[in-house]
Formats: sequence, structure tokens, C-alpha cells
Amino acid sequence: MISVSSPGAEQRPDAEQRPGAEQRPGADQEPGADQEPGADQNRSQKSDVDALLAHYGRDPRSLVQILRVLQEQGLPWLPRETLREVAAQLDLTLAQVEGIASFYHFLHTRPVGQYHVLFSDNITDRMLGSEALLAELCRLLAVRPGQVRGDGRVSVDRCSCTGLCDQGPALLVNHRYGMTRLDAARIGEIAALIEALVPVSEWPTEWFHIADNIQRADVLLGTPQQPGFAIAAALSRGAEAQLAELKRSNLRGRGGAGFATGLKWELCRNAPGAAHYVVCNADEGEPGTFKDRVLLSRYADMLFEGMTIAALVVGARRGLVYLRGEYRYLLEPLRATLDRRRQQGLLGTAIQGHAEFDFDIDIHVGAGAYICGEESALIESLEGKRGTPRIRPPFPVEHGYLGQPTTVNNVETLCAVVPIALSGGAWWASIGTAKSTGTKIHAVSGDCDRPGLYEYPFGTRIGRILEDCGAHDTQAVQIGGPSGICISAFEFGRRIAFEDVPTAGALMIFDRSRDMFDVARNFANFFAHESCGFCTPCRVGTALVVKRMGKLAAGHGSRHDIEVLFELDKLMHGATHCGLGASACNPLRDTIAKFRPAYERHLQSLHFEPAFDLDAELSAARLAIGRDRPAGQ
Amino acid sequence: MTPTDGSAGAGVYSLDGEDVAFRQGESILASARRAGRYIPHLCWHPEFPAHGSCRLCVVKVNGHPGAACTIGAAHGLEIESNTAELNAQRKMLLQMLFVEGNHFCPSCEKSGNCLLQATAYQMDMEGPHFEEFYPDRPVDASHPDILLDFNRCILCELCVRASRDVDGKNVFAIAGHGIDTHLVVNSPSARLGDTDMTVNDRAATICPVGVILPKRRGFSVPIGERRYDEKSVADSSCQEAS
Repeated sequence: MISVSSPGAEQRPDAEQRPGAEQRPGADQEPGADQEPGADQNRSQKSDVDALLAHYGRDPRSLVQILRVLQEQGLPWLPRETLREVAAQLDLTLAQVEGIASFYHFLHTRPVGQYHVLFSDNITDRMLGSEALLAELCRLLAVRPGQVRGDGRVSVDRCSCTGLCDQGPALLVNHRYGMTRLDAARIGEIAALIEALVPVSEWPTEWFHIADNIQRADVLLGTPQQPGFAIAAALSRGAEAQLAELKRSNLRGRGGAGFATGLKWELCRNAPGAAHYVVCNADEGEPGTFKDRVLLSRYADMLFEGMTIAALVVGARRGLVYLRGEYRYLLEPLRATLDRRRQQGLLGTAIQGHAEFDFDIDIHVGAGAYICGEESALIESLEGKRGTPRIRPPFPVEHGYLGQPTTVNNVETLCAVVPIALSGGAWWASIGTAKSTGTKIHAVSGDCDRPGLYEYPFGTRIGRILEDCGAHDTQAVQIGGPSGICISAFEFGRRIAFEDVPTAGALMIFDRSRDMFDVARNFANFFAHESCGFCTPCRVGTALVVKRMGKLAAGHGSRHDIEVLFELDKLMHGATHCGLGASACNPLRDTIAKFRPAYERHLQSLHFEPAFDLDAELSAARLAIGRDRPAGQ
Repeated sequence: MTPTDGSAGAGVYSLDGEDVAFRQGESILASARRAGRYIPHLCWHPEFPAHGSCRLCVVKVNGHPGAACTIGAAHGLEIESNTAELNAQRKMLLQMLFVEGNHFCPSCEKSGNCLLQATAYQMDMEGPHFEEFYPDRPVDASHPDILLDFNRCILCELCVRASRDVDGKNVFAIAGHGIDTHLVVNSPSARLGDTDMTVNDRAATICPVGVILPKRRGFSVPIGERRYDEKSVADSSCQEAS
């Protein structure tokens, strides 16, 4: 265990042996990770930081991983002295390291509790009662949200969607343990264990069970996993023929943008560079999306197989999986799968006996930043920097990781490569529509009887999905997450396809009891929380939207405020540096257009109203001087 | 960043209906400026690679919006910049920057030399339009020769870049995220007085607004006789940033 504690500081209760997972000797596992708790109480902070930095070769490009592991294995936060030590050894400045650490939500430059509890704050969690449970936990533990209790024991806060929407309300403890299906009884038990200082690793294991909830499987989820078969098929075809097969399939990226995967690989393959890289975007941050969690949990072989075929096609020797920090609990199982595949000759040197084919995969764990799902921000983060999107062009296929040609593909896209390699591109192209081939996995949550994963061919009617999952009295469906599109009941005949309703996989259902203004406000808070802060319109615009929505929620709204929201939407669509800002007002625009009465219920009048409430501001003074009538009466 | 978007070779493009000649590798903004044409900007500076964060220079390139500082000039492009729509957008961006920080022009030593203020005049900004944020940003007066007033920071990162790339000192960095993004100073105390910055550094004079100010030179040039008092920011003789 790495200890970075200052003298007298308490060790966090769960910082002991990492579970399971035999490690490749000297490879992924951080030094000291298998030591007994307390064994290093007397070791100096410097030597512990030394050991970890040595493990990472004192490479500043590993900074995000270094900080994450330091925080995981020592104090639950990163004191300035630790950052100073890291900076000195990596030849960075303290301000640079602080700047990078403070960019990520899951890296803490200020104290958090030994038990740091984060409630998932997606709208689906809220619909299942997360706010009341958060309040109850805070009451039981006598701590305020966002603050550390006086004794340093615990802090409770909210975080962006944890990808557990089909089994919420959900929370994370110490960024490592996911808990689902919370209720008041469980909250009481959690509070008692925290008060008793029981390490999280000793809490009942069934509390951490995360269900797959695969409700409908088609050609992707139904493909039997036979490690090596698809690689063998690709190798027997050869790289060029495999690329042609992929182009024949018309597979398009499943992360939302729908760029042709074959073309992306071809551009990367043809781009000159000292090395080529395959990067899997497993930063599934779009609220309401959890398909990649299940693929990473149950179909990891398929993913790694797809990455290996990508490596064959583009000529890469190294692959990277960018795993979102919220899925930290998947790290050990994923590493175990990688190890097994190495032993099976499916990774490493001379894969399946082909002397020229060497490829291996590392996993980079993110630290809580939605923006890192944008491929150039993801690459910046992989290089140990703030996750700010790059100026494009040049695009990653030419100038990606370490400035080299890089193909960045979504988990589901890479998985789809496997059935295409096995059954051919023409077969894949025969499924779905002409412009949207194959199937799409939908992560269904919200108001329905059977939430979970539903895989359908492209071209499936939205109404069909609602019928299959047991949705009743549905008012609206948010497709593709907050940056996607809000569909109202009269549009349920529309179809899922890039040419009609495109999606990255989230499908959140709202019945007629829901206030769509609350939905839009939750999404507005999300975008402001996740703005990287680089460009003016997104940094300030998302915060202004939150203020306006707050004004409406407080009952001070007028028609003028809705006009200002429209202005902000228009500005952010045309002026931002990347797609986050451009799509940040999508839910706002859709809900105002389609559910205007939900907004107008919140308006004080149809004319201008100030955000400032004179009576409320003067109420304390009135009380003090014994005047009980509001101003002007 | 080197523009690579079809900018091979020199040529001519159209900016608001008038031809502008460009050299190989030039961005739209750089070539327009060299031709004496004004495209509003804050984070761009002729001595540094494009940054693309302020978004004031967003133009329409063949009908599509894009930042003129990051897009390579290419022969035959049709570029709109000085239009009512784009100038209204720029005014809103300026208003966003004004409400985000604490900008009190009448008491600011930079008034008249300030690119933010001058651009706001040029874009006919008459008020903040949005609600003020009033952030709490204490000044740093610890350095004997330089005052830091973070209230006026627009996050153009010119000081970060100048200190890193010209001075080789890395005095500044950006921290935080979202609306909490802010400039930080690299020293054990996080104060400027504990850095090796001097008033002769490039970073000491690069700030387009009033964050980094030399001490004991207050109002040595009277208000009314300053750079943008004489001529508008759009005047070609006025475009050389400080």
C-alpha cells in the first residue's frame, strides 16, 4: 500500500489489498498494491511516492494515473505537499500538477472524508428518490452535502450519472465501490457501518452486485464469445481484406457521431507515423447510457478481440482502453481478462503464431470528466493533461496519442467488429437500414417495468421499444442522453437510425407524472458541472443557463427568461470549441418547444421579473424591527 | 497549431466580399490582420499559436461557423465576419466575459489600453445583459513590481503561454474546470512574490486586460490619451496587441 498520509492522519478504511486479479509480473499492478493494511504506517511519504513514480517511469504522461493511484492507496485526497513531490520528480511545475488534478472531479485537492459517498445524480436516480436518500444519509451521519464531517470520517456529495440507471438509485463509495437499488433501510445500514468504521471491503458483498439486465439480445449480445476465432478469421483474410470487409459492412461509430469505422481505420492506416495506436473510448459518460458497462463486464473478450483486429488493420502495436472513473470497479476483472488472453497467445508478441503481429493493451482509468468522452480530450487525458478538446484539424487519425495516428472507437463499435470478422460485412450490412447497418444496443431506464439493455436492428420504431420494456402512459423519451433528442408521444412512430433519430444508446423514459422542466434542469446542471471551462460560450453559457433555470424553478420567471434561454442556445450552437457546448442546450430547446406548459407553470408573469426577491431579502430585517408586512403593503 | 485544413499554397479568399491574399500556412485571422482587416479577437496574438478559446473570431466559412484563428486560409473560401448576426454573437460573448469576472472599467488602470473594453465598444455593448457572477477573487500584491488582479481574467492563457514558451519560467497555469476555471501562480505559496517573474518578462506585458499590471506606473498616460482612446480597436494601426 502506498501511504501519502501526513503525520497523524488516519488511514482510509478500505485501502488494502486489491481484490483478485493475478497480475502480469511487473506490468499493470501498481507497487505495494498487495501489501497488508497498516504495513507501511511508518514509511515516509517520499519513498512511497518514489516507488509509484518509478513504476510509471517518471513519465509525466502518466500523471493522471499516478494521481489516481496515490489517492486510492493513501489519503483519500491529494495534499499540496504530495503534488509538490510529484511535480518535482516529473519535471513539471506545482501549478501544472495542481491545474491537472483540479480539472478532474474524482481527484481531490481538498480533503474529503475517509468514506467519500457520491450519489449518482442523473434524472433517473432522482426519479427513484435519490435526493431523499442523500438527505437521509446526511441526517444520520450529521454531515452536510459537499462538506467533510468535523472528524474527517465522511463526506457525502453528488456526482454525474454513474451508468447504473437501470438499477438506481445508485452511489459510489471511495470511487471504487458501486451500490445499486438503494432504499431507506440500506442507507441506515450504510450509516451504521461508517460510524462503526467498518472497511468498505467488509461490507456485505451482495450490496455491490451490479446486474447486467440484458432484456433483448440480437446479433451482438447473442454472439457466442470464442476468444481468438475472429482474430483468426481476420488474420487469414489479411489486413487489407479485413479493412475491405469492414467497409463493406458500413459499420458506423456507436459513440453517437456515426462516422464510418472503415474509413476511420483506413485514414489511420494510411497516415504516416512512427507508431499507430488503437484507443477504445470506454468513457461512457452520457447520462442514461450503460451499455458499455455491460459490454466491459460480460463481453470484454469481444472488445479486446475487436481492438486486436483494429491493430492488425491500422498497424498498431499498442492499444489503450480509456475506462471511465465511475467504472473503476471493472479494472481488476478487465486486467484479468487481458492476462488470460496473453496466456492464450491472443495478445503480446507473435499473436496466433504470426511473427509480425505484436499487440498489447493497457487500461487507463479516467477520473470523473464527461468531456474526456470527446476523442481529442480523451487523448489529452491519456497523455496526463487536462482533458481539454484539441483544435481540430488535425484529427486523431493523423495526429492523435503522442502526436501519432490513432483510431479512437467506442466500445460497442469495437465489439461489432467481431461478428463482422466472423460472418462478413455483407451479412452485417443486410441488418438494419441502408444508411444505418447492423444493430444498436439501447440502455433503457426511467418509467418502465423492465429497464436494462435492448439490442435491436437499426430502423426499429421507438414505440416498439417502449412496448417491449413495459412503458405506460409515456410523456417523453430522451434518446441519446441529454445531448441527444427529446421525443414526445406523437413522435413514437419515428425510428432509431442515423437518418432519423440517432443515438449513442441512452433511452430514458418519462411518464405523464413527470415535470419535463425538472428533467431539463437536471440536464442543464449536468452540462455546467461537466464543462471543461476552456471556451467562453460553454464555460459561461452553461452556468448562465443554470442560473436562469434556477430563477424559473424559484418562481421568479417570466417570458423574457425563456427568450434569454433561446438566445443562449443559439449562441452555444454556433460558437463553442467542441460538441459539449454545442449540444448543452439541446434538452432545453426540445423541452421548451415540445413541453412549453411545463415551463409556463414556473413563470411568475408573462413580463419581465427580476431574479432578486426584495421581500425575501428584507425578511430578516423586518423580523428584527418587528414589521411583519412585506414591502409596499 | 499549424492549420492543415486545405491551406496548401498561397491564394486569395473573400472576406465580407473583399479579396484577401494569404500566404502558405496562414490562418484566416492572421492573414486578414496582415491585410489590415479586422476580425475581433481576444485570446489570439500574432506572436503565439492559435488558442481558440475566446470564440470572438468565429466567422462563417462557406456558411459554417468556425474560429478564424484556428482555420487555415484556403483559396476561394467565402468568409463572413462583419455581419449583424456575428457581431451580435460577439457582443453576447463579451457580455459573458464581463459578467463572469469583476470588471469596473472606470477604476481600472488598463482602461483605454484594454482589448476587452475596446472590443466591447466596437461591438456596441452598452450593458451586461446577463446577471453578474461577482466571483470572489482576491488580488495578489505580493510581488514588488507587479500587481495581479484576477478579477479581470478572461482565461486567454497568453500569460501562461508567454511565461512558458518565451520566458521559460512557467509562472502561470490554469486550474479548475467549468465556471471555476482560473489562473494560478506557480510557487510554494501560490503567490507571485515567490516566483522569479520580473517586470521585463514577456508575460508581464502580454495581458490584453488588466490582470498583470506593473506597479508604480498608474495613469502615467492619462485616460483619454491611451491606445484605444485615439483610434478604435478595428483600426489597422491599432491592431498590434501590447
